[in-house]
Amino acid sequence: MAGGIPIVIEGLSKQFGPVTAVDDLSFTVEPGRVTGFLGPNGAGKTTTLRVLLGLVRATAGTATFGGTAYHDLPRPLETVGAALEATFHPGRTARNHLKVYATAAGLPVERVQQVLEMVGIAEFADRRVGGYSLGMRQRLSLAYTLIGDPGVFVLDEPINGLDPEGIKWIRGFLQSLAREGRTVLVSSHLLSEVQQSVDDVVIISKGRLVKSGTLTSLELEAAPRTIVDSPDREKLSEALDEAGLEYTEGRGGFIVDEPDPGRVGHAAFLGGVELSALHRLKSGLEESFLSLVGGGEE
Amino acid sequence: MSFLRSIASEFQKVFTTRMWWLLALLLVAYVLTLAGGFGAFLGWVVRNPEAAAATGGNTAVPPGVDLPSLIYTFASSIGYVFPVLLGALAVTGEFRHRTLSPTFLAEPHRSVVLGGKFVSQLVVGAGLGVAAFATSVGAGAAALAAFDLDTGLDQSDTWALIGRGVLAMALWGAIGVGLGALVPNQVAAIVIVIAFTQFVEPILRLAASFSDVTASIGRFLPGAASDALVGASIYSMMSAGSASATLEWWQGGLVLLGIAVVATVIGGATTWRRDVT
Repeated sequence: MAGGIPIVIEGLSKQFGPVTAVDDLSFTVEPGRVTGFLGPNGAGKTTTLRVLLGLVRATAGTATFGGTAYHDLPRPLETVGAALEATFHPGRTARNHLKVYATAAGLPVERVQQVLEMVGIAEFADRRVGGYSLGMRQRLSLAYTLIGDPGVFVLDEPINGLDPEGIKWIRGFLQSLAREGRTVLVSSHLLSEVQQSVDDVVIISKGRLVKSGTLTSLELEAAPRTIVDSPDREKLSEALDEAGLEYTEGRGGFIVDEPDPGRVGHAAFLGGVELSALHRLKSGLEESFLSLVGGGEE
Repeated sequence: MSFLRSIASEFQKVFTTRMWWLLALLLVAYVLTLAGGFGAFLGWVVRNPEAAAATGGNTAVPPGVDLPSLIYTFASSIGYVFPVLLGALAVTGEFRHRTLSPTFLAEPHRSVVLGGKFVSQLVVGAGLGVAAFATSVGAGAAALAAFDLDTGLDQSDTWALIGRGVLAMALWGAIGVGLGALVPNQVAAIVIVIAFTQFVEPILRLAASFSDVTASIGRFLPGAASDALVGASIYSMMSAGSASATLEWWQGGLVLLGIAVVATVIGGATTWRRDVT
């Protein structure tokens, strides 16, 4: 195994015609940790990863593996294992799919059988991929990342389409890779999907960095809060202002920086506002994620 | 080193899906029908000129036509569309099945990948050429021998012609790669191959042969250049007599090679360099 190298994104921007997909994005992904790369669909995650992997040209800025662009890596598959959207020739078997790329990268053919076993699809390896389920395709994508036994993993939505057993398996798998000192970057549009397996988070929205840090730091931000809503939001906001409560407006109502729903309800009572919702935020993490990325949503 | 690996990988891509033997099978069946059929028909015409004339058509074999060459070169004069298709599919298939991502992850130098396709399709085209000529010579010689006509197989000229025919098929494979790089849309590429080889070029060649000026331009058409390289074809029988209307064999080869290289380089500098999203 090659050692884990940090992934360094610096001032990265990408324009697709008039659309800005990534906007002056900078962050670093450290070895030995699983980093969740999070944001809603269309936030620019996949574009960022494709620029990092040399598939898409940046408009400005750089995306490197410890200073070296993917294109300049002397042995790319032995340095970085990347799984993007699972794409295969449907008429080729899984084994041949992997062989084709092992040959291109000059890797020993024995690796193919090994990685097929590692991801648990060895018994289907001689079937054409066209007949594979989404979960099997995801596993084959992962097998491709493992061929070169790299020190860095870049996985775009690897959990999408996996069955519960597969999800459990991949969580343990990512953790074990990180424990071996490798760099692991996993994108997802759902924090809850990766919450149990990531150490760090990089959150983007509309191509811009919203937050980067440890999962713990995100949890701290997610102190218990109260969600409240009313058919008359204007009147409710007046009542909250009156009571001196801090809040932000989300899709499901106002998120109030107050752990006790009773106090929020009392404020509404004093203002004579009819309430349609009043409850404590149960999992603060997902909501704090949504409030971070939802801030920019129209 | 990475170039050799890329060539090996491209060979594996060709032979790990079913398209290559499907096309090879069609090519052999097509050539078998035409070379065997024409061989038998022309053999019959030569042996029975009165009966042939009695059918009313202009079926007499023109004097000076080398019957074995004419029949054997069906392999390339009608079979060349197959290596072009396979070459084009080698490129357009990567776009269609969106396999450019894993391909460029394994070999980030895109020109190395395209070069690997170019070389591997040269060889695959030559392989198709061997299959096609084995068929046309086998069926054609059998038909000629059945009418007790000369098969030409004891002459080195015939074998040189076959060798040039295999070379032409190889170059057509590389032209397919160039075409695929220029037109990555698979359906569009296939339509262009079929339309150009089966309709546009035959009509252009026929039209060009009506005047000396257009004929001197028409001989640079890829199909005409290919026939010039091989040295004989059904078209050269049709335009027999106007010897000026064809290139030297080596010129024909250079025209084909030039088309393949130029198309591949232009495609490699344009569509092949685009963002893979």
